Amino acid sequence: MSGPSTYEPKSGLTRWLDKRLPIIRLAHDSFVAYPTPRNLNYWWTFGAMLSLCLVVQIVSGIVLAMHYIPHVDHAFASVQRIDRDVPYGWLIQNIHSVGASMFFLAVYIHMFRGLYYGSYKAPREVLWILGCIIYALMVVTGFLGYTLPWGQMSFWGATVITNILGAVPFIGESIQVWIRGGGSIDQPTLNRFFSLHYLLPFVIAGVVALHVWALHESGQNNPTGVEVKSKADTVAFTPYATAKDLFATTLFLILFATFVFYMPNALGHADNYIPANPLQTPPEIVPEWYLLPFYAVLRAIDFNIGPIDSKLGGVIAMFASIGVLFVLPWLDTSKVRSMRYRPIARQFFLIFVVVCLALGWCGGQNPGKILLPATFSATLNWVEGGQVATQAIEAPGESQFDETAAATRASLTQGGAAMVMIQRLNATDASVTSVSGGAAQSRTVTAATQDELEAEIQHLKDEVGARTPFFSVARNIPFTFTVTTFSQILTLYYFLFFLVILPILGLRETPGRVPDTIAKPVTA
Amino acid sequence: MLRTLAISALAAAAVAGVAFAASEAEHPEDHPFSFESPVGSYDMAAVQRGFLVYKQVCSSCHAMSHLAYRHLGEPGGPFALYMVLNHETGEEEPHFGPPHHGGRYVDVTENPYVRSIASDYQINDIDPSTGQPIERPGRVSDRFRSPFPNEAAARASNGGAYPPDLSVINFARHGGADYIRSLLIGYSGEQDGVLYINRYFPGGKIAMAPPLVEGAVPYEDGSPTTVDQYATDVATFLQWASDPHMEERKRLGLIVLAFLFALAGLLYLAYKQVWRGESH
Amino acid sequence: MAEAKPNDAHGAQDATRRDFIFIAAGSAGAVGAAATIWPFVAQMNPAADTRAMSTTEVDLSAIVLGQQIKVMWQGKPVFVRHRTPAEIAAAQRDDYATLKDPQHDAERIAQENGEAGKPEWLILQANCTHLGCVPTFVEGSSFGGWFCPCHGSDYDTSGRIRRGPAPTNLPPAPYLFVNDTTIRIG
Repeated sequence: MSGPSTYEPKSGLTRWLDKRLPIIRLAHDSFVAYPTPRNLNYWWTFGAMLSLCLVVQIVSGIVLAMHYIPHVDHAFASVQRIDRDVPYGWLIQNIHSVGASMFFLAVYIHMFRGLYYGSYKAPREVLWILGCIIYALMVVTGFLGYTLPWGQMSFWGATVITNILGAVPFIGESIQVWIRGGGSIDQPTLNRFFSLHYLLPFVIAGVVALHVWALHESGQNNPTGVEVKSKADTVAFTPYATAKDLFATTLFLILFATFVFYMPNALGHADNYIPANPLQTPPEIVPEWYLLPFYAVLRAIDFNIGPIDSKLGGVIAMFASIGVLFVLPWLDTSKVRSMRYRPIARQFFLIFVVVCLALGWCGGQNPGKILLPATFSATLNWVEGGQVATQAIEAPGESQFDETAAATRASLTQGGAAMVMIQRLNATDASVTSVSGGAAQSRTVTAATQDELEAEIQHLKDEVGARTPFFSVARNIPFTFTVTTFSQILTLYYFLFFLVILPILGLRETPGRVPDTIAKPVTA
Repeated sequence: MLRTLAISALAAAAVAGVAFAASEAEHPEDHPFSFESPVGSYDMAAVQRGFLVYKQVCSSCHAMSHLAYRHLGEPGGPFALYMVLNHETGEEEPHFGPPHHGGRYVDVTENPYVRSIASDYQINDIDPSTGQPIERPGRVSDRFRSPFPNEAAARASNGGAYPPDLSVINFARHGGADYIRSLLIGYSGEQDGVLYINRYFPGGKIAMAPPLVEGAVPYEDGSPTTVDQYATDVATFLQWASDPHMEERKRLGLIVLAFLFALAGLLYLAYKQVWRGESH
Repeated sequence: MAEAKPNDAHGAQDATRRDFIFIAAGSAGAVGAAATIWPFVAQMNPAADTRAMSTTEVDLSAIVLGQQIKVMWQGKPVFVRHRTPAEIAAAQRDDYATLKDPQHDAERIAQENGEAGKPEWLILQANCTHLGCVPTFVEGSSFGGWFCPCHGSDYDTSGRIRRGPAPTNLPPAPYLFVNDTTIRIG
């Protein structure tokens, strides 16, 4: 793809250098003469923005590290000092925290673009996997960085995430203690998180270099998904792609600056302005917005699956939702790269994007929140003014208890008891209370949530009070559509899209007409 | 199609970011604070009055450990002092806040107002010659005096409740200044055991007794000494304390955005020039 | 972008317009980049809390005759010496004209605002002017004053360099008498 180098050193010095270290040649071939498909649209400008984001985060981060103190007693105060006293500290700290959000915003668009235009397909599998590695490293770096201000969200976020590792069978607890450097999140954790948060961006930079290398080896994909066939299909990277990237990146910077200067806290959480307190958990713990979809997947698994308990199940689902991206090149069976020519796949892709956004929304909500109104009801029966009798019964053995209880109940009811209550005391013994005579009463209460229903029941019991020795309560708990239910449906679609829809659709779908060359539809 | 998706993604992100915690409390009353708009600035007279209320009322229980007395007199602070030449008398006169034109900033270590505020406090220190703990008058470089030596002491003196540090309280609470102001005026006057009924506090019952009483803090500038005015002033002061560089931030933001829009325009023209005659 | 080689089909006027746009965009970008660098450079200057620590008050009544204390001022040590009459006499001797850094004792004890100091109080920045070590006061040393253990600079009872590699006298610290027994340094 790259072809022979077209670089010709012009001066004596550059000729001299070119023989010894052809670094100018490398830059020229990679970023000037490099042939770029001529039909790239604005979705292809996010790579440039991401490079900028990485530089901004590293530079601002190095500056912050000059003033930040990774100590549980001083971390929060040192961030305050950066915001208040360090010259332009407030600006640099805002750039770094908003920058993390911008980085993720750009990377998500970059990834959706790759999904839509099939940029993961042969011969770009390694390019795609390197991208997935970068993304995974970004997630870890972002999480580590969020711990450093040592606010309530920092502390409890770190607690929750390190507890996730504890779900791993057998070795989970050891890993957890190893990561934390102790039984809980404390000074050793903060210190190592700071060290790793400083290290990982440089690892990311290294993988980015590989990513760019792989890109230049296989060449860029383009909106048609058709490979470059002749020089007519391409333009030189500089000035053509450079000019477009610079313009688009400036628009991105406008968004960036709007957040930095006018809404620096809009993407954060108020609780992180409260210093970390190991004795008190905030009312709700949510990660940063860019991790909310995975948080929703984690919480969606609230049931045990065979030997896998719900905690481990959630953890597996969460890691799988990122892991599935790594094998995507082998899941999509379609011969056609770009979804521009795949009408049905395009619809499923659209739903997929909406599902991801909806998962993000779910991740920020209380999981028990009821989304569709439902009626909870309970019927209470009691007897007023009757004769109360108490007796003890004993079953001959544990297995016969139910029989004995049923027989006692039947005989008492036959004998004229209006209500019977059997309280089991141990394996074979029970105390039986029965009421005969009196006036039977019945009332039904309704409420919108289970908590409210219990309150209603209690309210009614208080009202009736001592007029009856006991109540019989029959609760009618309907199926409720909660945030968790919604997350479960969304999670199901997320995995179906990758594991079922893409593999099957690729074989069955009739694609639209794909142009022969890139240049054809462009010049026509 | 992808464009609309991107926009909705951004919107969803913004909504998720500012999602409010579920609680039974009433939504704070919206007050038109002067600092709210993108070009809004602080009402420095209100910040000064708010500091007075903090000093005389709040500071007996609440620390502001991230603030130092010097912050009050640094550029952007309520007592930042400038000397302005009076052209009629030919003498320099003191002026709080940056004057419209001219004026010389008085370094905070020389600022008599801030020095006097600081020296009103007794600060715990160690006597350098004896090594024993002593109290000495505050200096401008000292942090605000904390009413309690530590959290346990604060709890012990307040019936088990911890009066939170107010340094960044407006950022640490959903609703910010509106919430603080509403909370201070939201008492119904009723009590439930040791707790006070306050409709803006999550859960509806707060351990803090109603702190503001009409006329308790005398104002010199003729502003009304009502609970409502006190609450507004304290909320303004605490907003400044949370975000002391807000005015500088918004000013710089305007320049940066204007520059970026101009640059984007130029780059768009350059982009069009480069691609002129190339089909794509 | 400067490498853009246009195919000259649109005439000289277009070329001018094109060059103008490229140069304008290029310069605007350069100005923006330069302005962006500034906060990242400026952040290494002393922070506001560091700058505000610039004054230190010292109670002189606790320092007995012939003793000195070291106080910290802006993170550096300062000698506050209560000189004996013998030390004062030695310091005021009229023999300084031939020194490496000739200075009269009265200049060395003057206050920050130019007013005369008190001869018994000498307030000096304590880092040797050679390479920054802190000299020790040695009773009965060759010049009666401070001796730097690092490279052997000898200072007299006024803190003037008499012998050794140090190029200048120990600089007086800027101070003021707040009252009779208290000074403020800085």
